[in-house]
Amino acid sequence: MSVVIPYVSKPHPVTGVTNAKLGIWLFLASEVMLFGALFSSLIVLRVGSTDWPVGSTILNVPLAFVNTIILITSSLTMVMAWASLKLNNLGKYKMYMGLTILLSFAFLVVKYFEYSAKIHHGLSPATSNFLGIYFTMTGLHGLHIIGGIVVNAYLWIPGAKMWHSDPERFTGRVEVAGLYWHFVDLVWIFLFPTLYLL
Amino acid sequence: MGDSAEEIRHHIKGYFLVYLALMVLTGVTVGVSYFHLAIHWAVLVAFIVAAVKGGLVAAIFMHLNNEKKIIYWILILTAVLAVGFIIPVLMDVEISAYTQRHIPQ
Repeated sequence: MSVVIPYVSKPHPVTGVTNAKLGIWLFLASEVMLFGALFSSLIVLRVGSTDWPVGSTILNVPLAFVNTIILITSSLTMVMAWASLKLNNLGKYKMYMGLTILLSFAFLVVKYFEYSAKIHHGLSPATSNFLGIYFTMTGLHGLHIIGGIVVNAYLWIPGAKMWHSDPERFTGRVEVAGLYWHFVDLVWIFLFPTLYLL
Repeated sequence: MGDSAEEIRHHIKGYFLVYLALMVLTGVTVGVSYFHLAIHWAVLVAFIVAAVKGGLVAAIFMHLNNEKKIIYWILILTAVLAVGFIIPVLMDVEISAYTQRHIPQ
């Protein structure tokens, strides 16, 4: 006997949204609390410290700037992937989703060079509270990028078969993945000035 | 959110405009850091710019400018809880700092 999950394509009559969309927003709410706790920790460490360094004296601002551009661009390509499905254009969807995945890898490659340089210079999370919170927050954000790549890669090739059987449900999946991806971008928008520039 | 092809094409124009705005604001964030403002002004400017950028991403890319009530309620509850947890932490930090400054050890 197969189990049919209700309201995956059509909005639930009570909430007015699909269960998938309600689910992702509840998940994102928990993510706000997770990153909120880390931002609080950063504030406590910074205010309680007598010599907190200016991020730009230790961290590589140009690399982080490039990564900001990469992530914002990936948000645009992600929303364009969803819009392409709304316009019934699977080819353009694949192009934009492919670009999103490519940009996600580019972000990780830049991050790899940034981390490598730190470790090469003997700077690790154990060096100072500043580097401890820097590696914790950017590391957790990096894990979110990897999670996004896994989901987007699935929706790019194998998961896209659903477009032919249930296009409405597939478009909903891409929208939900997009909400997650934009949230990851949003976190970086706050991480960048907080860690690198102040 | 409207689903007709015409409406989607209209939204696409908005996405590209928001993208341009985000690029400009990212430049502003970095540019302002070169002015070496006093820390309270630097924090204020950085967070205003980040809040505008975050607002644009949330409103346009995440479609929060046109969403169902239940999503807004989830976000309001999240904001209340997040701020509710952070404020006592900040108060504790401030009280500790005040105690160290004004009470002889």
